[in-house]
Amino acid sequence: MGKSTGKKVMKNEDGDDCDGWWWLVHKNIGASFLCIAVFAFLVRVAVSFHPYSGAGNPPKYGDYEAQRHWMEITLNLPAKEWYHNSTTNDLNYWGLDYPPLTAYQSYVHGLFLRIFHPESVSLFTSRGHESYFGKLLMRWTVLSSDILFLFPAVFCFVVVYYTGRGRRSDIAWLIAMILLNPCLILIDHGHFQYNCISLGLTIGAVAAILSDKELVACVLFSLALNHKQMSAYFAPAFFSHLLGKCLRRRNPILEVSKLGLAVVGTFAIVWWPYIHSMDAFLGVLSRLAPFERGLYEDYVANFWCTTSVLIKWKRLFTIKSMKLLSFWATILTCLPSMIQQIWSPSNLGFLYGLLNSSFSFYLFSFQVHEKSILLPLLPASLLALEEPFHFRWLTHYALLSMFPLMCRDKLILPYMALFALFYLLYYAPGGREDTRKMQSPSSLRSFMLSFLVLCSLFLHLVYITLHPPDKYPFLFEAVIMLLCFSQFILLTVYTNAKQWMLLKHSTLMDKDKKLV
Amino acid sequence: MEEKLQRPHKNPGGTLQSMAWYALVAACIKLLLIPSYHSTDFEVHRNWLALTHSLPLSQWYSDETSPWTLDYPPFFAYFERFLSIFANLIDPTIVNLRQGLNYNSNTVIYFQRMTVIVSDLCLFFALYRLTAKLDSGKRNLIWVLVASSPGLFIVDHVHFQYNGFLLGILLLSLSFLEEGRDLMGGFVFAVLLCFKHLFAVAAPVYFVYLLSRFSRGGFLKGFGRALVMGAVVALVFAAAFGPFVYYGQIQQVIHRMFPFGRGLCHAYWAPNFWVFYIILDKGLAFLLRKLGFNIQAPAASFTGGLVGDSSPFSILPSITPLTTFIMVLLAISPALIKAWRNPRPGMITRWVAYAYTCGFIFGWHVHEKASLHFVIPLAIVAMQSLEDAKHYFLLSIVSSYSLFPLLFEAQEYPIKVLLLLLHSIVMWLAFSAHSTKNGVINATAPANKGSDKLEVKGSSRAATKKGDFVIGWIGKIYLLGLLVVEIWGQFLHPYLLGSRFPFVPLMLISVYCAFGIMYSWIWQLKRIIGSS
Repeated sequence: MGKSTGKKVMKNEDGDDCDGWWWLVHKNIGASFLCIAVFAFLVRVAVSFHPYSGAGNPPKYGDYEAQRHWMEITLNLPAKEWYHNSTTNDLNYWGLDYPPLTAYQSYVHGLFLRIFHPESVSLFTSRGHESYFGKLLMRWTVLSSDILFLFPAVFCFVVVYYTGRGRRSDIAWLIAMILLNPCLILIDHGHFQYNCISLGLTIGAVAAILSDKELVACVLFSLALNHKQMSAYFAPAFFSHLLGKCLRRRNPILEVSKLGLAVVGTFAIVWWPYIHSMDAFLGVLSRLAPFERGLYEDYVANFWCTTSVLIKWKRLFTIKSMKLLSFWATILTCLPSMIQQIWSPSNLGFLYGLLNSSFSFYLFSFQVHEKSILLPLLPASLLALEEPFHFRWLTHYALLSMFPLMCRDKLILPYMALFALFYLLYYAPGGREDTRKMQSPSSLRSFMLSFLVLCSLFLHLVYITLHPPDKYPFLFEAVIMLLCFSQFILLTVYTNAKQWMLLKHSTLMDKDKKLV
Repeated sequence: MEEKLQRPHKNPGGTLQSMAWYALVAACIKLLLIPSYHSTDFEVHRNWLALTHSLPLSQWYSDETSPWTLDYPPFFAYFERFLSIFANLIDPTIVNLRQGLNYNSNTVIYFQRMTVIVSDLCLFFALYRLTAKLDSGKRNLIWVLVASSPGLFIVDHVHFQYNGFLLGILLLSLSFLEEGRDLMGGFVFAVLLCFKHLFAVAAPVYFVYLLSRFSRGGFLKGFGRALVMGAVVALVFAAAFGPFVYYGQIQQVIHRMFPFGRGLCHAYWAPNFWVFYIILDKGLAFLLRKLGFNIQAPAASFTGGLVGDSSPFSILPSITPLTTFIMVLLAISPALIKAWRNPRPGMITRWVAYAYTCGFIFGWHVHEKASLHFVIPLAIVAMQSLEDAKHYFLLSIVSSYSLFPLLFEAQEYPIKVLLLLLHSIVMWLAFSAHSTKNGVINATAPANKGSDKLEVKGSSRAATKKGDFVIGWIGKIYLLGLLVVEIWGQFLHPYLLGSRFPFVPLMLISVYCAFGIMYSWIWQLKRIIGSS
């Protein structure tokens, strides 16, 4: 036993000895994961000390109050009335507008809050409730969801996909990149949301697909969809990959219907209280699609918002035609990646497909807000070992695009700390092989890149210190948005091209095999 | 592959860059902890900023505007005066003697927290110097151990103090001594004493060590160097205390620095020898009362001052500061004898850490935070052998755990638990990585054994016998016991007994941790006596 581990160490020594992280990865992947996970959790707890969205800001407060209000409603009313406007449930005040799984989650968390602090979830009287203990408990509901959903899912993913295909310190680096994604931590534990649940379920589904457990994947992804409808950003990738896989089997129709049944079954269970009458069903459905909230929110760096500087979409089209337009734009832009996956489904292609479809939704779909950048970021982080530069670039501009929101939430300090931490971990000494290799990119490219980074840092400074001119009160937001949008578009084009290159690569490989 | 083979032996893992990496990652966590709870020490230091900024030097030690009067030596006061320049630029209210009282705005919190974070640079620089001669693997591990040390986070960055900075000066002094630059080492230590006099516990070790070093190289040369050393120390002290002597304030300064009105123990008993003494006294009193003797309950408490002639003990003899002083000296004496006989630079860190351990165990009115004084220096020697690693693993966990009562609010609870958990995992990974590597070296290249720099005969044998880092069953049971104590104090006690006996959970922590610290003391003593 001692000898075999000794040999392993010896084998690794030539590569790993100079790593700052050699102590972290000398044992198995589980030990490294445990260590990084505890660190990631510590960071989350520390971020949770900071203010949440809408803290001390009546009468509407923010997302924190929305979540708390949902707990109050689900805890005190029967399930049928959760989505129904009534005297006890005023839907105009943070009415429930997420699918039923979020409602159940609010119910469970409400139970938890009622045990320790009943005042914070009592009907009517708790509206706008803010207290030291209430905040603590609410924060703990997010922290515990993170441990229960995101962390195990990431562990499964890493074990399924990356064991045996890289140096162990590379994998440790990847774990750190996924778990310490600054945007996710800031939104969930600073701003206050439960993205960790739906994203965790999605990663679980991805891990299930990578290990060929399609039924499990369907169930998990349906659950993710039922927690946040935004998970639909990934739906084209899941759909096309699974379809492509099924088509290559002996009995495609049977395979497809099996998966379809799993999806329908999961949906039926989750929607059980609402599928007995059409009215109730449609009532919930209309709550989930808040088209009246407009094409986009605030200054989000997507296509519609950015081009609205030149073309006033909102004035030119009615909401209805705008809906159609954005729908087709989204479908058209994610079509290439879907076709690639139906054509030749592969694990790596699937991950790229997730990235591409979520990017087209972010850029072209209806009603996008700045937090939606978390969805493209997730597959980008899963691909961090394949596309380290892409991931760094995307994270950098995703953070920048969230900066105005962080300022409103008074989260500048954790924003800066996590920004720095991200870069530190990215450039960890010995974290990844190629960070240490001296790259010599063309001087023009490196000049452009450093110029853009400087620009973004400068924008941060300008945004905090200067007042915008009275005529254009949102000037700085618009500039940030423009910069971020230009980068996002470039990255999308790049990843789409990359996904299609895989096809070429794989056919080449096939040819090679045949030749051999 | 070729590239890998050609890589030069001196690798990038041990450079200043990777040291900075650890320091910066730790700094990010420290930044995130800025809004967390801070103790009254925060207001103490704010008041010192105001005091040194708005009063002339002659009144620094006599001002009584706030109850938190200046009681650190002058260099620390100068340090506060230096910081107050920036504080004044950022927000003049911070340094306002009256309006600033209990000032709690964001500016003061950010400013003071930032000063602690920045002053930690001193610690990391000293650490870098101290580990300069080790191989990159060991260096990295030592940095990880210190950077992840929960004690520093809890005491400095949540509770609020400047221990990282002060320990940095101590380590700097040790780094000079280990290099054989005795004069510099002595000079830096004298500076440290003028920052915080509690570090004086190690002064006997320094004195004997330096004297012995000087006496080796011939009488005349040694005498000359001793004279220079004395002059340097005198100069440092003159720079610190001179101005106060000039203003006739020196008595007031001394009075403030040594408040003997305080009791044997702090409000929360530090886990040291006196815990057992108190418990024994209580137990005896209880037994004798049962047997029918008439035992008076003591009028004074050990935490308060000495009230008149009454003793805080019912049966056992009362303890005076002098008793504790003699006991500390007696406890240190083995290290002094060793230092006199063979003043090896390689052992000085161990001796100094041992001296602080003795001061912690037998000292008068010891704060639980003082355990940092020996835990951090011991991290440097933890990599020397497997036995050292095992000892450090246990000691570091126990001492960090004994700091838990400092943070009593619900919000910080997960922070202290996670910090300790992370530190334990890091130690476990680091030590086992190190020991397997060592085991391999010993197994594959026995010829190299002689050149190994292990200090004790037993340790190299242990490393070859078993390559893995394993804590014995007693250690495991003891660490599990910590968990039981914590669960009892946090959950079972309030649940079962409600608000009755509120002092029991804290007392349990003290007593239980005292066992671990006493073990560490005995282990260190054995190690020092056993060294050749």
